Amino acid sequence: MISWAAREHHRFEAAGRPFVYLVPSAAIFALDDTADAVMRRLTDRPYTREELEAELSERHGHTELEDTIAELARVRAIGELIVPGREDKPQPKIFPLSPFPLTTMVLNVTNQCNLSCTYCYEYSEDKIVDTENGRKPKFMSEETARQSVEFMLEESGDNKVAHITFFGGETLLNFPVLKKTIAYARQRGAELGKDVDFSLTTNGTLLKPEIIEFLAENRVGVTISIDGPREVQDKFRVFHNGTGSYDVVAPKIRELLKKHRSRPIGARVTLTSGPLDIKRIYRHLTEEIGFWEVGFAPVTTSPGRGHAISEQGYDDMLGQFRDLAYEFLECSVENRHHGFSNVKETLEEIHKGMSKAFPCGAGLGLMGVATDGDVALCHRFAGSDAHKLGTVADGIDRNAQHAFLEKHHIANKTDCSTCWARPLCAGGCYHEAHTRYGETTRPNLHYCDWIRGWTDVCLQIYGELSERNPAFLAQFDEPMAAERVS
Amino acid sequence: MKHLKAVNGKAERVERATQSDVVALQRTPQQPTGGAGPHFPIGCSLVFSPGWEADRAGGTAGLCQPVERDLFDCHIGCYWPAQVPDQLNHAPNWTSKCAAAQKDWRKLDLVFP
Repeated sequence: MISWAAREHHRFEAAGRPFVYLVPSAAIFALDDTADAVMRRLTDRPYTREELEAELSERHGHTELEDTIAELARVRAIGELIVPGREDKPQPKIFPLSPFPLTTMVLNVTNQCNLSCTYCYEYSEDKIVDTENGRKPKFMSEETARQSVEFMLEESGDNKVAHITFFGGETLLNFPVLKKTIAYARQRGAELGKDVDFSLTTNGTLLKPEIIEFLAENRVGVTISIDGPREVQDKFRVFHNGTGSYDVVAPKIRELLKKHRSRPIGARVTLTSGPLDIKRIYRHLTEEIGFWEVGFAPVTTSPGRGHAISEQGYDDMLGQFRDLAYEFLECSVENRHHGFSNVKETLEEIHKGMSKAFPCGAGLGLMGVATDGDVALCHRFAGSDAHKLGTVADGIDRNAQHAFLEKHHIANKTDCSTCWARPLCAGGCYHEAHTRYGETTRPNLHYCDWIRGWTDVCLQIYGELSERNPAFLAQFDEPMAAERVS
Repeated sequence: MKHLKAVNGKAERVERATQSDVVALQRTPQQPTGGAGPHFPIGCSLVFSPGWEADRAGGTAGLCQPVERDLFDCHIGCYWPAQVPDQLNHAPNWTSKCAAAQKDWRKLDLVFP
């Protein structure tokens, strides 16, 4: 006799009704009472059709129950019980077509910084590349930057838009090259019929009127790394002599926000150990300073460092993220802007039903370029020989790229094979894994609960919006914008 | 669907892709726009019955579709198994004299089970 069982899914409730998020398709269906009753029973244990009839047909009706089972089976929410020896084939390893076009190039125009933030992944104890005594130049030359532009335009294939992100070190330490690179890329883009989009990340210390004017005029997207109000910012974001940077950056950022109106400006916050008051940080950066949006990321660090977030810290962070996400929801229901960018990014992925084979675009649509023109997985690995995928002069080493993709496919991450959040997480950041476990191939098991908790919150927000203001979600029908770099 | 409602774009795609399992009973081969339904050859006998293997008298000359279409369409693209002889078991050499169907289709003989 055939038994039915629920397939991989995650049930959640929003706007007073049940939903299922199906894995690995990443499809979301709202359930009626009958469908929910069937799903809940089949999640507990396998049932034969007769057993389901016996328990549910009186309340839900025979035909309704039959129809429901057929519908659930059709979308693969349930299926015949898999008997040992007849398991489904493992998820096939499907690779993107090669050559995969490059969407975003992150140009590390310098590996030097005028701050010395204790937790920095580039300079602190967890660094990958020796930027002080290494053989890499401290600043990217104009020549290398021009070669990088050519590389980007070439590797972007048929894409109409090429995104170039300037990064560091402290990006603005090499403003002269940045400025010339933008002019050159614009000219070459025009010749080749491509739009080039520019953005940068900076700590804000070197902003001055002529730089601000240049960024505004050239529509350069700006992300400021800042951790919050003075006492939070000055805890880790310090100059080499140990003094805090808040009083230096705050007025400059206010000036930037006043003058640079051609693109929304965001803040990027690193969350660390210690009491976290995320809502206060959010309010300070949006209401008191004036950022359009704020994104938060837990610090990347090996375990045991003073600034590492503890397990309790992750729980606490999730609670506060949830509160902010619900604030975002209430604003979005009324079509008012809310600047909590973490939730928006996840909603977009949920809306599109992304089911990832790789956690991010690193090594695929996004690559990082070191000061000497070596191309690596992403900006966080720029300059590391072990993570090199080519050079701007010679192009992408397709063998190295394929070997990388082969090694990092979600199908290899057996720990993830039973997790319902894998379509969105796919094991998490390569750099985080490298710092934590010394291996980019490892899934980031230290924050699984946090990822599942956060994904659940975002699914609830999505479900609420689908019922209360579906028009809001239509904005995510557009193709994905360039990947965020942090 | 009555008991499930597709909420995100992927759910809509799943719904479209799994539409109408029993296609042979449908009236027309047209799929809703954007749907990736099963392949129906033009002039498929599922739509224009009674088919063209043979007419009522057993002849092939007066059929509205030439028989060689089967080689390209029903035989290769269609999920429906009955339009051409079973070349795996029953009539393995059915096409051996027919190198180019456009030219040699008359050499294809009828096969009776």
